[in-house]
Amino acid sequence: MLAQVTTWWTILRICLEERLVYRGDFALGTLMRFLPIVTQVFLWAAVFEAARTTTIAGYSEPQMIAYYLLTMVSRAFSSMPSLAGGIARQIRSGELKKFLIQPIDMLGFLLLSRIAHKLVYYVVAAGPFALVFYIARGYFNGWPDATTLAAFALSLVLSFLLGFFLEATIGMLGFWFLEVSSLLFVYMLFSFFFSGHMFPIDILPGIWRTLVQVLPLQYLTYFPAAVFLGKIQGPELAWGLATQAGWVVAFIIASRVTFLAGVRRYSAYGG
Amino acid sequence: MSTIEIEGLTKSYRVYQKKEGLRASLSGLFHREYRTVQAVRAIDLRVEQGEFVAFLGPNGAGKTTTLKLLSGVITPTSGTARVLGHVPWKRENEYRRRFALVMGQKNQLWWDLPAQESFRLHQQIYRIPPASFDACRDELVELLNVRKLLAQPVRELSLGERMKMELIAALLHSPEVLFLDEPTIGLDVVAQHNIQTFLRHYQQARRITILLTSHYMKDVAALCRRVVVIAHGRIMYDGSLDGIIDRFSGHKLITLELSPEVTTVPDLSRFGQVVEAQLPKVKLRMNRGEVPERLAALLAAVPIADLSVEDPPLEEVIAELFSQVDDETDDDAETAGTSPSGAR
Repeated sequence: MLAQVTTWWTILRICLEERLVYRGDFALGTLMRFLPIVTQVFLWAAVFEAARTTTIAGYSEPQMIAYYLLTMVSRAFSSMPSLAGGIARQIRSGELKKFLIQPIDMLGFLLLSRIAHKLVYYVVAAGPFALVFYIARGYFNGWPDATTLAAFALSLVLSFLLGFFLEATIGMLGFWFLEVSSLLFVYMLFSFFFSGHMFPIDILPGIWRTLVQVLPLQYLTYFPAAVFLGKIQGPELAWGLATQAGWVVAFIIASRVTFLAGVRRYSAYGG
Repeated sequence: MSTIEIEGLTKSYRVYQKKEGLRASLSGLFHREYRTVQAVRAIDLRVEQGEFVAFLGPNGAGKTTTLKLLSGVITPTSGTARVLGHVPWKRENEYRRRFALVMGQKNQLWWDLPAQESFRLHQQIYRIPPASFDACRDELVELLNVRKLLAQPVRELSLGERMKMELIAALLHSPEVLFLDEPTIGLDVVAQHNIQTFLRHYQQARRITILLTSHYMKDVAALCRRVVVIAHGRIMYDGSLDGIIDRFSGHKLITLELSPEVTTVPDLSRFGQVVEAQLPKVKLRMNRGEVPERLAALLAAVPIADLSVEDPPLEEVIAELFSQVDDETDDDAETAGTSPSGAR
């Protein structure tokens, strides 16, 4: 048990060091993420003005902007840049072999390196995030209560896990297709609309609303933001968190199954 | 029990056959033709603990495929193999902690970090106790003389330096069996020599079992007493390096230094095939069995100052052997062809 923890810690530490090698690129990339926020603020201001209304689907202009700012936080947890593509590349280039030869689990290793990746990101991004939220504090009605904050924190952790195992599963498809970038593009497109990245998904009408409800994508972006805004409370909140956790478990299993089947195929055909 | 026991090991691949051109690419979207490549055909082999065995063979002969089978990266089509009592393709951690595979063209070190960080990671992955890790690392670092390079990012190392680091990373957990696939590929003569010296020393000190594939005959000659020649997925020869010459070369090279009074090159074709004639030296090729008798006749016929009888160079014999194999198996080239093992 202790040996296991030391192993994880070492992997985490080395991944952290590796991330820090590219500190310049990293800092710039982090800062650039804040640019779209400005365009979004202007976009929604224009939409509200053109519609000559104070609320759209139950969102006032400040609420809409608050929502958008919060999705930035949830995406900071759930987005997994180059995870699926990286797995497919490792399969194609044969780098994957090292996970077959060495006594180490590929998914566990990737998860740790992703945690390291995220930790470095949060350290770099904490300052800019704090600044943006301070400037935009007028859009929020103060801090939510402790229960909501705790639920928000939990939903963020779950959204990280969901994002990781979902994209890892897509990456494993590289065992069958070698190239997953078009597949990934389709996924990104769906995710953009149905995760709540583009707009709050509860403004969607009828059938679309139902579709979004049954997909796991909303738990990547929309759900944590809605929790923070107090839109989901009580039994609905408990149920939502349970469903989110259920999806995490489902994709842990899916990524493991596709990995094992993929390795079986890989060792039968190529290697 | 032998360290490595292989019986009837066979591996065939199905490879996609694409014809040339765009039209073929388009039709390939709907209908694909496949061809079966037999990379390894019913190999039997036993290797005892402490042996240093070389696999020789032309490209695509099945050498790398065999190493991949033994390290559990791929599963065989049929046949069995046991290494240290384990079936490699079950990939049990217990087995994976006892062997190592080093591929000359593949990197297992972290590109952007100093090698010592990768070593640290290996310590954890292989659960090496701290004391034995330090001792093992220091010993390897001294032997390969790379102490100064430990703190340098791997991407800034030369190819030869990187290979040394790869070897250290692979040996930190003191594997009992080591598979080396072209460990000196692309290295200059000095770096090749360094790696050879190290491998010889290390193998002798630890008595570990090593299988090595290489294109450089010098590697093989310097390191291995036992040579296994593989071509078209079959074992063509298994024995000593010198044995290859006895078995596959039917002739010897005779170099004559003629006496100074000989001023024109005499006709020597009745004694053997003249390979080179530049006075006072003449080189002849003779069939092995006829050497004593013809040499006697030659000495009687021509005034000779000096003479030597040699085996033809090993490279030449091997090249000859490979081309013979090619001719013999041309008829089943349909299934033999090139192995895709080099592709990845």
